[in-house]
Amino acid sequence: MTTSDLESSPKRNPLVGLVEGVGNGVLGVFQTVGGLVSLAASVVVWALRPPYRLQNLFAQFDFVGVGSIVLVSLTGIFSGMVFATQSWSAFELFGAESLVGPTVALTVTRELAPVFSALMVTMRACSAMCTEIGTMRVTEQVDALETMAVNPVQYLLVPRVLAGLCMVPLLTMIFDTAGLFGGFFVAVPLKGLSVGTFVLRTQNLLAPADIWEGLSKGAVFGFTVTLIACYRGYNARGGAKGVGQATTRAMVDAALAVFIEDYFMGLLFHG
Amino acid sequence: MSAEQKKPPMISVQDLWKSFGDNHVLTGIDLDIEEGSTCVILGGSGSGKTVLMKHMIGLLKPDRGTVIVDGEDIVPMDDRDLERVRRKFGMVFQGAALFDSMTVYENVSFALREHSNLSEEEIRAKVREKLAIVGLRDIEERYPAELSGGMRKRVGLARAIVLDPKIVLYDEPTTGLDPITTDYVDDMIVTAKAELHVTQVVISHDIASSFKVADKVAFLFKGKIVAEGPSQELRHNPHPDLQHFLQMWFAKGE
Ligand SMILES: Nc1ncnc2c1ncn2[C@@H]1O[C@H](COP(=O)(O)OP(=O)(O)O)[C@@H](O)[C@H]1O
Ligand SMILES: [Mg+2]
Repeated sequence: MTTSDLESSPKRNPLVGLVEGVGNGVLGVFQTVGGLVSLAASVVVWALRPPYRLQNLFAQFDFVGVGSIVLVSLTGIFSGMVFATQSWSAFELFGAESLVGPTVALTVTRELAPVFSALMVTMRACSAMCTEIGTMRVTEQVDALETMAVNPVQYLLVPRVLAGLCMVPLLTMIFDTAGLFGGFFVAVPLKGLSVGTFVLRTQNLLAPADIWEGLSKGAVFGFTVTLIACYRGYNARGGAKGVGQATTRAMVDAALAVFIEDYFMGLLFHG
Repeated sequence: MSAEQKKPPMISVQDLWKSFGDNHVLTGIDLDIEEGSTCVILGGSGSGKTVLMKHMIGLLKPDRGTVIVDGEDIVPMDDRDLERVRRKFGMVFQGAALFDSMTVYENVSFALREHSNLSEEEIRAKVREKLAIVGLRDIEERYPAELSGGMRKRVGLARAIVLDPKIVLYDEPTTGLDPITTDYVDDMIVTAKAELHVTQVVISHDIASSFKVADKVAFLFKGKIVAEGPSQELRHNPHPDLQHFLQMWFAKGE
């Protein structure tokens, strides 16, 4: 049997290899999604069961949320400024400069704030999370928790994923504020739009629903990126190298997941 | 065998099978470990010793077979029952597996905080007592990264015995240690048995150590226990793979 395998291998059609590769890739995606869904379910179940380790939870709130405030504020201000500058030069062509305020406000609250907050949390917090949990996995610290009758999903993953779920919406709000401020700064002091026009136009066109859209996206993204970081770390194998690979994959998967979810949630909100 | 029947074994592994994909690691393990005894599982690197030990404490589920701990089959158990059974165990890991974000004090007191309502003073007293048993003092505030390998193993043991378990598992307690520390850890295992009256399972590929601490040695080879018995008997067991393993070891030692 093995000899016939060996004989046939050099003659293999490259197309077969390609199809096989794609097939394995698709299979891998399904495996990952399946693993993520079942881990998400177990995180939810263990989040509801006592004991509630509030200290661990607040430590993660602090790390994921408070620790990202400055980064997210800066990203927000500059995104708002960039967006205001670009839309100003476009609207200027047909004299609609007064629409810069609402344009910036809508784009920031609905899209930029949740997406960029989640990406910043991914880079800053999730990479550290994945490395930490992965290291604990390969050095058997996760097994040690289990032998001490402490559920590692509950002890390690629940506070991290809850922090993502709660803190990314909070960061989204901070980004909203910072982004609007950046837009205001470009439109009013730099380009000379009147304060009244900016505020009034923005107030008229920005609805609470837009804010809610951004916040609910933030919650979903926050849950997803922390879950992916935990999943990759939790399943890491094979020493420091394995942990490094897990972290790289976590970063890529998390960023990709944010954009995919963003598209589908957009459909959900706007048909 | 005497006529009067002995107590049932503390751990009884029966016809245990485990594969990871095509890697058939355990292929029909049978092993009984008597209450209050120290059993050494001997075997080459990668022979599945750690996998076998992880089945005893329910960290891994077998493909087939039974693992009876203190009268209960743990294989079909759910998380909650397993947590109850795991409180009978303490485990010392190959690399100590101390929580590296915590101090020695926090490591050793971890299970007490999780599973008891002791006051801070009682916890401190208990931690001191366990650290004294393993011969350590004045290192409570240090972090694992600041300790030597031997000290880490000892902190690992102190952490494992803090809830007064019935069974202590050691995964390669002497691997990677210098000869003096190895002697010290061997003594520690002998002392733990005498003072704590626990059932102990020790994984090893170090024959000299094994024979020193063991009441019984079981030799794991190609997924099965191919020879077992008291150390002296095992030395003269004719099983060819065991003899080969022993010769390799003693040749290397000389
Ligand atoms: N969680 C796991 N997933 C896949 N393979 C594993 C896992 N744990 C152990 N193995 C494999 O099982 C075999 C035995 O490993 P192990 O029990 O750690 O050996 P040792 O006797 O050195 O302790 C090795 O080939 C190892 O690669
Ligand atoms: Mg091992």
